[in-house]
Amino acid sequence: MKSLTRIVLHRLFLGLLTLFVVSVVIFTAVNMLPGDFAQAILGQGATPEAVASIRRDLGLDQPPVIRYFQWLAGVIQGDLGRSFAQANFTSFTGTTSGQSSVMGQIAPRFANTMFLAGVTAAIAVPVSLALGILAALYRNSVFDRVVNIATLSSISSPEFFLAYILILFLAVLNPLLPSLSNIYSDMGLGERLERTLLPALTLTLVVTAHMMRMTRAAIINLLASPYIEMARLKGLSPMRVILRHALPNALAPIINVIALNLAYLITGVVVVEVVFVYPGIGQLFVDSVKNRDIPVVQACCLIFAAAYILLNLMADLMSILSNPRLRHPR
Amino acid sequence: MTQLLKIRGLKIEGRSDEIWMPIVNGIDLDLNKGEVLGLIGESGAGKSTVGLAAMGFTRDGCRISAGSVAFDGVDLVSAPAAVKRAMLGRRIAYVAQSAAASFNPAHRIIDQHTEGPTQHHVMDRAQSQRDAMDLYAKLRLPNPEEIGFRYPHQVSGGQLQRAMTAMAMSCRPDLIVFDEPTTALDVTTQIEVLASIRDIVEQFGTAAIYITHDLAVVAQMADRIKVLLKGDEVEEADTRTMLSAPTQEYTRSLWAVRSFQRPAKPAIPVAAVPSVRVRGISASYGKISVLHDVSFDIHAGRTLAVVGESGSGKSTVARCITGLLPPSDGSIEFDGVSLPADYRRRTKDQLRQAQMIYQMADTALNPRKTIGEIIGRPVEFYGGIRGARKRARVEALLNEIELEPKQYIDRLPSELSGGQKQRVGIARALAAEPKFIICDEVTSALDQLVAEGILKLLARLQDDLGLTYMFITHDLATVRAIADEVVVMKDGRVVEQGGKAGMFQPPHHPYTDLLLSSVPEMDPDWLTRLLAERGNDTIGDGATDKM
Repeated sequence: MKSLTRIVLHRLFLGLLTLFVVSVVIFTAVNMLPGDFAQAILGQGATPEAVASIRRDLGLDQPPVIRYFQWLAGVIQGDLGRSFAQANFTSFTGTTSGQSSVMGQIAPRFANTMFLAGVTAAIAVPVSLALGILAALYRNSVFDRVVNIATLSSISSPEFFLAYILILFLAVLNPLLPSLSNIYSDMGLGERLERTLLPALTLTLVVTAHMMRMTRAAIINLLASPYIEMARLKGLSPMRVILRHALPNALAPIINVIALNLAYLITGVVVVEVVFVYPGIGQLFVDSVKNRDIPVVQACCLIFAAAYILLNLMADLMSILSNPRLRHPR
Repeated sequence: MTQLLKIRGLKIEGRSDEIWMPIVNGIDLDLNKGEVLGLIGESGAGKSTVGLAAMGFTRDGCRISAGSVAFDGVDLVSAPAAVKRAMLGRRIAYVAQSAAASFNPAHRIIDQHTEGPTQHHVMDRAQSQRDAMDLYAKLRLPNPEEIGFRYPHQVSGGQLQRAMTAMAMSCRPDLIVFDEPTTALDVTTQIEVLASIRDIVEQFGTAAIYITHDLAVVAQMADRIKVLLKGDEVEEADTRTMLSAPTQEYTRSLWAVRSFQRPAKPAIPVAAVPSVRVRGISASYGKISVLHDVSFDIHAGRTLAVVGESGSGKSTVARCITGLLPPSDGSIEFDGVSLPADYRRRTKDQLRQAQMIYQMADTALNPRKTIGEIIGRPVEFYGGIRGARKRARVEALLNEIELEPKQYIDRLPSELSGGQKQRVGIARALAAEPKFIICDEVTSALDQLVAEGILKLLARLQDDLGLTYMFITHDLATVRAIADEVVVMKDGRVVEQGGKAGMFQPPHHPYTDLLLSSVPEMDPDWLTRLLAERGNDTIGDGATDKM
């Protein structure tokens, strides 16, 4: 087991290193965005003095390297900085409000995004696994083809199109679910779930194909192996052959694809959020880019990167754990 | 005796490129309770296909097109899938060629053992576990109480093969199909597995179909032998009759293969500088050291056989000589000149001098290149020859290996048989015009008749071109056929070396003795006699069965 702990620590270290590199890239890229917050907020009436004053206020007059390390030091201590857009500039009003921290802005939005991702994953992962396993079991049958065509067409359609189709059928023609998903922090869980269901279904349609097809392919890939033939020659039922003999050996690629799709659910759902007016982190991100609210953009990017790295790290570790050769060395 | 299995007019077809091609053309087979039938033939004879069909099973891409397989009165060809499943594992069991590949890597051995009995409701899990330990003890596995709780990768090949035999026994079937169960094992391990299988089959009175291409093995195991050739039956008779008086020409040719032997060469001149000299090399993979102070000489125009079991370091020596694995200590000399340890620091001419031929011609030839391109590449790389002259050279090489150039030069490796592919591998080595060729188990993946052809070709090329060979093999029959000098290796050390004549005459190093005596002989009483000589306690004590 010593080697296993070493692998875990090694991966963790690599993950942190990647995150550091990504933070440099994010900072550089965001600071290369054209335009400037002070310019943007003051608009046409910007006098050079006012611009300089706001820039000084926000620390934008410092050299980028120093700003980067100030930001990094803050991030390590859990302080993501002050939001530009929400700041009440002390030079103008003399007061600061509690709303101005980036953390305060992102936290509720991020919680909403995680809620939506969680609901989607709870539907999509079991459904894709089940469909994939059944498609492998009844491979080349009508069922297999229908599932393949259905999932492929749903992944090939644009997300907003799927969203509007679902709204049409589940909210307009049959008013089962609300078409607006504006949720609040003081809402009950039931109502929250009801409002989240349509976006979650839309996202399920988007991510199912990938996971289902990988499950099917990974299992079928193994069906020609001698130990599967052995299992069949032991007179086991086809379902048992697949669940007990093929699936455990097919887990590694399936886990990786699931992780990739979960990461997508956290980072790539802006369009669906906009369609359903869902207050997630994607909308905040897009708005912040529009406003040149650099600290929020940086924090969002960092969260997205961390989500990707963390999920991939977990997928790697679970793939390793699914291999008995590593769990039980000679 | 009551009849257990009755196959009539069995025809099996396999699909290739949307066309159904016959694999088995109408075989009849009868088996009584408690009887062992040997099925022998070369690859492509359809013996595994017939063995699986005896279980009512065909591999993907194959189908039973005609005939019946009556097992205890039930026709397995027409029976519904559920009826067949109730028979499989319960009344007919299967032991596969490679236990390492046929045990599921994700589950413990004993859990795979108990799966059959519990699924077929023969025993509950606890009963079956106790029974498994019993069977492990009967099959003389070490630590029978504990070994089942390991994963397959934690157990050696020979032990796994016995565990698989135990698994086949788990439901006490009436019939077991053994599909080449010892082909992947070393000779010393093979004996232990053969003895275990024979014991347990006798003990439970189980009938068996024993499939193999090794005549000497089948002679030990079977009551009756059926010879197959390209999906047809050649002949069938009692083991002793078949061995002493085969009626068919093909059977006789199979029997005769083992007689090929090169005449001995004159002694090496005392002052001769060896063509290749390996001096005290040690090597390791990472932290695991695999070679310890290995030294030997190979003289020009002669063949050195390096013998040993898997894991003895034979192939590692070859990797050191070619520079693929730089040794940690010692040196390699060609004609008295020391070579850089790493192939990247050798000159093109030094690289040219030593070429390799590999065991698996299938994987050693690029499947996307034509034969002409494969052989042409070293011609161009080492000789700088292009265009029409290159093609002429490739054609000459094809003639050399006895393949008609016009017919083969534009084919892909997949369009060749195993023996032909190995010939292309030889031509590719020759294309560099080397002095020295390393042959790494070049005949072990081939049938005996085809292998003999390859050995004869290599012998002729040596005479014509004055080549020096290093022949890595675990097969002592090959050594007898082609070697001049022999090096015996065990656990990364040379345990004995010398001329071939001396090697096959006592006194030997005890390990050489064990190797030599483990090679199966055609005499049906050989195994019984050998076991009696060695005394039963030496079998299965794990002394020769590496972990």
